[in-house]
Amino acid sequence: MSTSTPPPLADVAASDGTLRRFLHGLPGVDPVGLEARAAALGTRSIKTTAKAYAIDLAISMIDLTTLEGADTPGKVRSLAAKALRPEPSDRATPATAAVCVYPDMAATARAALGDSGVKVASVATAFPAGRAALDVKLADVRSAVAAGADEIDMVIDRGAFLAGDYLKVYEEIRAVRAECDGQARLKVIFETGELSTYDNIRRASWLGMIAGADFIKTSTGKVGTNATPANTLLMLEAVRDFRAATGVQIGVKPAGGIRTTKDAIKYLVLVNETAGPDWLDNHWFRFGASSLLNDLLMQRQKLRTGRYSGPDYVTVD
Amino acid sequence: MSDSSGQGRLTVLKTYKLYVAGKFPRSESGRVYEVTDAKGRWRANAPLSSRKDARDAVVAARKAVGGWSGATAYNRGQVLYRVAEMLEGRADQFVREVADAEGLSKPKAAAVVEAAIDRWVWYAGWTDKIAQVTGGANPVAGPYFNHSAPEPTGVVAVLAPQDSSLLGLVSVVAPVVATGNTAVVVASEDRPLPALSLGEVLATSDVPGGVVNVLSGRTAEIAAPLAAHQDVNGIDLTGADAALARDLEIAAADNLKRVLRPAAGAPDWTADPGTRRMTSFLETKTVWHPTGALGVAGSSY
Repeated sequence: MSTSTPPPLADVAASDGTLRRFLHGLPGVDPVGLEARAAALGTRSIKTTAKAYAIDLAISMIDLTTLEGADTPGKVRSLAAKALRPEPSDRATPATAAVCVYPDMAATARAALGDSGVKVASVATAFPAGRAALDVKLADVRSAVAAGADEIDMVIDRGAFLAGDYLKVYEEIRAVRAECDGQARLKVIFETGELSTYDNIRRASWLGMIAGADFIKTSTGKVGTNATPANTLLMLEAVRDFRAATGVQIGVKPAGGIRTTKDAIKYLVLVNETAGPDWLDNHWFRFGASSLLNDLLMQRQKLRTGRYSGPDYVTVD
Repeated sequence: MSDSSGQGRLTVLKTYKLYVAGKFPRSESGRVYEVTDAKGRWRANAPLSSRKDARDAVVAARKAVGGWSGATAYNRGQVLYRVAEMLEGRADQFVREVADAEGLSKPKAAAVVEAAIDRWVWYAGWTDKIAQVTGGANPVAGPYFNHSAPEPTGVVAVLAPQDSSLLGLVSVVAPVVATGNTAVVVASEDRPLPALSLGEVLATSDVPGGVVNVLSGRTAEIAAPLAAHQDVNGIDLTGADAALARDLEIAAADNLKRVLRPAAGAPDWTADPGTRRMTSFLETKTVWHPTGALGVAGSSY
């Protein structure tokens, strides 16, 4: 967590004009090629030992998420218990990376997870819409960090972004980053489903990275279109190119709509083939998901026993 | 597939496909095998299902359990009756397929198809009557009502008989779904075409997708993962030979599946089926309820 903007791009955000010129100067995305590439990588066959490795890796990358109005402390505690020990009958199963909750539940999650190594991630900045005054958003972040959140998932102001007010988005991310600096890693959610074009997703990715995000994240899971292989591939290319340009490594988190082991493994193939094996670690790649974990556990049971498992053999969340 | 429509016309050959989750997929494996008629002449290519097709079918069947078992018995009866209506409308096709598959003359095959249609109607009538026959109010020594109510087992794997490609098939599938279970059916290995066509009939007769799923292929290959599957609640071994049935029953024991063993000797599918096949995949729930008004003056509570 460096405190300053990476040097090679320090001047980009000097003014609205330079930022705009930089973001609009990024190469345009070929949507057909992007989707074809993502689909082609999705056809890789991953079997036996590679599959077992991928399943365990995917489990260890999950931000086990509950973001409902109906969340109770009890539900958060049971989710935390599941994150710590996803499969009580097999201790070799890795724990998930984090538990992701609303800020008012961060303290509950913190108490339940203790120093287990499983992180507490909290959404903030008026999640999911992000429509609030900046000081309200910062107070939201402050409360989450104070409650013990290790990671803050902020949403960008899509309205400002789509209106072309990139500097406002940039400065908001900087302000949130200052609020959690030193204590929490910052994930920046673009809500790709609302950005309309792949070009916008590429611009948002660079904007987020220049502003100092530790992670760039596709979506909130609250809109129709969430993570897709194509938009995740695009963001993986962005972090790869950003590291090549600046030496700074940024994480990627697709969230929403990833429900099956097959999907998860497709994403891992994208990571390996695009960003490279350096990102195959839960410090650099995460899945924002809830039902995915059960499917991974069922597949894990299948590999272990040779028998197909069923939903009766995993917990109901 | 006879060329009766004039000289020079190429007949349109039918691609037989699986019936899973209300859709008609090819086998996930992409494999097919040749199906011949009783005289060994090629008739069609049928999908050669893999264990993944079996898994997908179980997922579809599991998804359908809630809606189908929760539907009123009357409604299930109406839907099953509708299947008979649709079968009736496509009787010619089934006569042809059954005659090919089993080497029967046209009139004999027609009799088989009629018997199969009648069997659907028979089971359609049973949907809202089986509970009266197998359940009831039990006399108990206490101030309680005690009721036994039969409930469906859940997802049932059905290995259809190898010989009787339509009547036998209907006789094993209809009782399973009539009582509210959902079925993953493994069609006769060498005579799968009537079963695959039955899928088309089911798709057009208000049977919700996933309630009946039809797979074709090697019985032993598909049955093994079904018998071991932890999310299958019962298995009908009719289409398995003795050695296979034994292995499958061992695999099925792991999650305490209900197992219906194959009958000894060649079954006569034209005989009155009785209720045994329906009761095989029903579980009896017993409900206790206190009689009288609780807490009323003079009551014994």
